[in-house]
Amino acid sequence: MKLDFEHIPAGHCENGVISSLLKYHGLNISEAMVFGIGSGYFFAYMPFVKLNGIPLASFRPVPGMIFAKAAKRMGIKMKKQSFRKQPKRAMDELDRVLEKKLPVGIQSGVFHLSYFPPAYRFHFNAHNLTVFGKEDNTYHISDPVMEYPTTLTYDELKKARFAKGPLSPNGKMYYPIEIPKEIDLKSAIRKGIKQTADWMLTIPVPLFGVKGIRYLSKRLRNWPNKLGTKRAAAYLAQLVRMLEEIGTGGAGFRFIYAAFLQEVAGVMEDDRYNEMSKEMTNIGDKWRNVSSKAAQICKGRSSDPDGYNTIANLMLEIADDEEKFFTDLKKLIK
Amino acid sequence: MEKDKVPQDEGITAGISREVQYAVNKDGKYEKVLSKGWEPKNIVNELAWDDIQENIDIANEKIKSEKASPLLYFMEKSIMDVSLLANYVELPKWKVKKHLKPKGFKKLKQGQLENYAKIFDISVDYLLNYKPKN
Repeated sequence: MKLDFEHIPAGHCENGVISSLLKYHGLNISEAMVFGIGSGYFFAYMPFVKLNGIPLASFRPVPGMIFAKAAKRMGIKMKKQSFRKQPKRAMDELDRVLEKKLPVGIQSGVFHLSYFPPAYRFHFNAHNLTVFGKEDNTYHISDPVMEYPTTLTYDELKKARFAKGPLSPNGKMYYPIEIPKEIDLKSAIRKGIKQTADWMLTIPVPLFGVKGIRYLSKRLRNWPNKLGTKRAAAYLAQLVRMLEEIGTGGAGFRFIYAAFLQEVAGVMEDDRYNEMSKEMTNIGDKWRNVSSKAAQICKGRSSDPDGYNTIANLMLEIADDEEKFFTDLKKLIK
Repeated sequence: MEKDKVPQDEGITAGISREVQYAVNKDGKYEKVLSKGWEPKNIVNELAWDDIQENIDIANEKIKSEKASPLLYFMEKSIMDVSLLANYVELPKWKVKKHLKPKGFKKLKQGQLENYAKIFDISVDYLLNYKPKN
């Protein structure tokens, strides 16, 4: 059995899955719209949270939050289930829902996804994909970060749903059960923007929002001295991967947000959002510049402090830009 | 970023997939554009995989000089650390650490060997007879 489900490649897995699930149920909401309404834009630098032994810089809030907030703000009810240590039950339940002709969103680990490029198969557990059919031992998979639909065997899917380590999915699955006929998009958009602006501007801890960007800039300047050439390069490499790796749509989600603002201009019938979109594109281009410069340092394994200072200065400029941007955007939604 | 500037630098995803990049078209509208990759990403990914390979090489050296058991090689090859492996095999970390040494490895019972082999997707035979190449 294979459902008539449209595979839509997306910039980011979480928003991609929810957007295509809604589309199956007849609601056209783009990935960018889900991202904006769910307040997906963020910045955090948390030296005490480590990924592969390196402090985590994140351009998005914790996994699952975007999706939960977007659904709530649009009045969509989702059924969510987890199955701690019960892989068989988790697979049976998935089959049962598929039988009802409902595609199902799945949280999965990446390491066991046989169709992924080998270079991406790290132990990252907050990936999302849609299962839209089962034939014998094979599941039909729509993974938003892949160009085409794909498949997994029963065992592969089970392993991916019960991957271990940080953020282990515990067989989590979800699907919409109630979609309102009328959605108040304007109000949902305002709530989404307001929260993002507040997160970026007013969290009173220096690790988050524009303060977080400045904090990272300050730390980054000292990396070559403090860590040595090799380790400093590894830190920079991870920053680039958080910004550009599969699943951000480029520049740490900044371009997706610019796309969202363009759609907002249409919904609100207000051209000022188009102007804001252009500004966000400029901010995204600056982040791309950070990635590009950082990768050059990594390549040469250079510990030249000038290189690190250039990146740190660029980040200070971006922090100022983002501060001004969200101060202005906040005024627009009033 | 403009649509015609979306990079198409073939690299780590070559032949498998292209990824979505958001970019502005000629009319100033955002579009999803498929990209083959971007050189800075290829560079940092190579760096990450060089580091993994280095860990694998170190593991092999330790196995040859009998400072580590074959488990260390398979752990590094699967990009795991002790705590993740312990998580998978459902044992406390200190026990896994013991098994990573030749002495502790020799004492493993058939059932435990099977558990490890299953996680690494190999046979018990292969695990027991693993020898690093020179």
